[in-house]
Amino acid sequence: MLNTQTPDYEHLESLARKIRARLVVMSHKTGAAHLGGALSCVDIIVASYWALMNVDPEKAFDPGRDRLIFSKGHAIATLYVALAMKGFYPEELLESYAQCGSRLAEHPAPYCVPGLEVATGSLGHGLPVGLGMAMAGVINHLPYNVFVVMSDGECNEGSVWEAAMLAPARNIENLVVFVDYNRWQATGRSEEIMALPSLRQKWDAFGWNAYDVDGHDVRALIETVRQAPRGDGKPIAVVAHTVKGKGVSFMEDDNNWHYRIPNEEEVKKALKELGQL
Amino acid sequence: MRNAFASEMTSLASEDNRIVLLSGDIGNRLFDDYKSHAPDRFINCGIAEANMIGVASGMAMCGLRPIAYTITPFITARCYEQIKVDVCYHNLPVIIVGVGGGLSYAELLSTHHSCDDIALLRILPNMTVICPSDSHEVRAALRAAVEHGGPVYIRLGKKNEPLIHEKQPEFTIGKGIVIREGRNVCMLSTGNLMPLALETAAMFGDAGISARVVSFHTVKPLDEDLLTDAFNSFDVVITLEEHGLLGGFGSSVSEWLVKRPAARADLLQIGVDDVFCYEAGKQEDARRTFNITKESIVERTRELYRQRSQKV
Repeated sequence: MLNTQTPDYEHLESLARKIRARLVVMSHKTGAAHLGGALSCVDIIVASYWALMNVDPEKAFDPGRDRLIFSKGHAIATLYVALAMKGFYPEELLESYAQCGSRLAEHPAPYCVPGLEVATGSLGHGLPVGLGMAMAGVINHLPYNVFVVMSDGECNEGSVWEAAMLAPARNIENLVVFVDYNRWQATGRSEEIMALPSLRQKWDAFGWNAYDVDGHDVRALIETVRQAPRGDGKPIAVVAHTVKGKGVSFMEDDNNWHYRIPNEEEVKKALKELGQL
Repeated sequence: MRNAFASEMTSLASEDNRIVLLSGDIGNRLFDDYKSHAPDRFINCGIAEANMIGVASGMAMCGLRPIAYTITPFITARCYEQIKVDVCYHNLPVIIVGVGGGLSYAELLSTHHSCDDIALLRILPNMTVICPSDSHEVRAALRAAVEHGGPVYIRLGKKNEPLIHEKQPEFTIGKGIVIREGRNVCMLSTGNLMPLALETAAMFGDAGISARVVSFHTVKPLDEDLLTDAFNSFDVVITLEEHGLLGGFGSSVSEWLVKRPAARADLLQIGVDDVFCYEAGKQEDARRTFNITKESIVERTRELYRQRSQKV
């Protein structure tokens, strides 16, 4: 059962800007990399946690909750910030991000904080695990949904396509995949490294209801998932077309920000652009 | 062993609605009875083992008790990283069952041999490794694994292995079972070499050597009390496994042994050499290639006795 409440889209856009600003500052303070890919998936996370998902921080372990697996674990800072803002834990905990002894490491540990469903970091794990959760929902007669956020580089992994083949064969409908298609992976253009183009058609051919969506249009992300057909035995794949480094002009579509850390000057400039200064 | 596994799975699934059986597109007719009892809790995951382990993990995170089953190399080495990250890192109650351990599928050659699975699985934190010696132990191990509630690997032989126990034995994970008493030589056998261990013990008897035989079904955690007693009380301790000598059960015992004060007993490790197989042959032929025969074991033990007498 999808959450169908109408969100305040202006509020969501403002939230997205706040999350982006926080990510820039956290990367600067800690020297933790992967800022570009963290920024590109912010709107997907906002659309999920603030509109699509039935989650309640007070009931973080409710068996009937919706689940989101953040499969592109290297960009986990985005989820850490979102879960804090959603109220799963105090925002102060974010200060400890990537510090020695912190629960918030650069890749998430299992069960490190409430709301964090699965430890990721090695790519290609999230979709199989998410499929298992979705199948468990069917077996246990619990009408929750499972959301999996993946990177486009992650679609290089064969295990992704193993899961993609099994889910429609089992008529799994309570599973939604977002591919954060920012067209970059660690060392180059994702479509040059592997034959990634026609990504939506690939999911379609595997038996999914698949959509091309502007991955920074929160309303489009939400409406696409809400309007996808139900009852046809197909899971949902949203190929979210995004920009790596989204929201900060000098980071946008520049793959140096896969590893680069912003300096003080750059942080200031970024915060100004995001309207947070 | 695989028939016992299938039948015990049917009983378990009937008693416990958390049980789910995942198969990697094998055992088609084997699970007909299971499927008639729990049709919605049988998932043929296809020939896609990495995904199967991920799926099992997701199910376990949602309160189910998945048991993932296929041919040994494909449910261990093929999907190793999923076992490490999804199952062990999250410390989930996923039971991984490999059929055809060791040289069971000798005629299918090295793609289907599994002489590295004990080594691979035992080095993963949180993992328990069990190699039952007969069908009774398979049933008991499966129940103990469900009860255990963490990651467990169960290594099966194939089918039609002789029964060792008359009935289901008292079975505790990490506690070996003495099958036959003896005084001079202590044979610790894990998994499907138990019939050979017993034949060898009989041959020792003919030579005037009294041999104890133990089903050392749990390779991890090791039964340290049993090992301590064996190395203090016997002349020779023999480990037997249809598995590579590198990293397997015997290797595990030797790792334990070097951290102990000098032992009375010498250690003889019986297992598969560090080579692949390139020629056709049955399980018995493959065993002979690696000197996994009673004659060779007795001869090598006698050699150890000769060396001992020279030392004294």
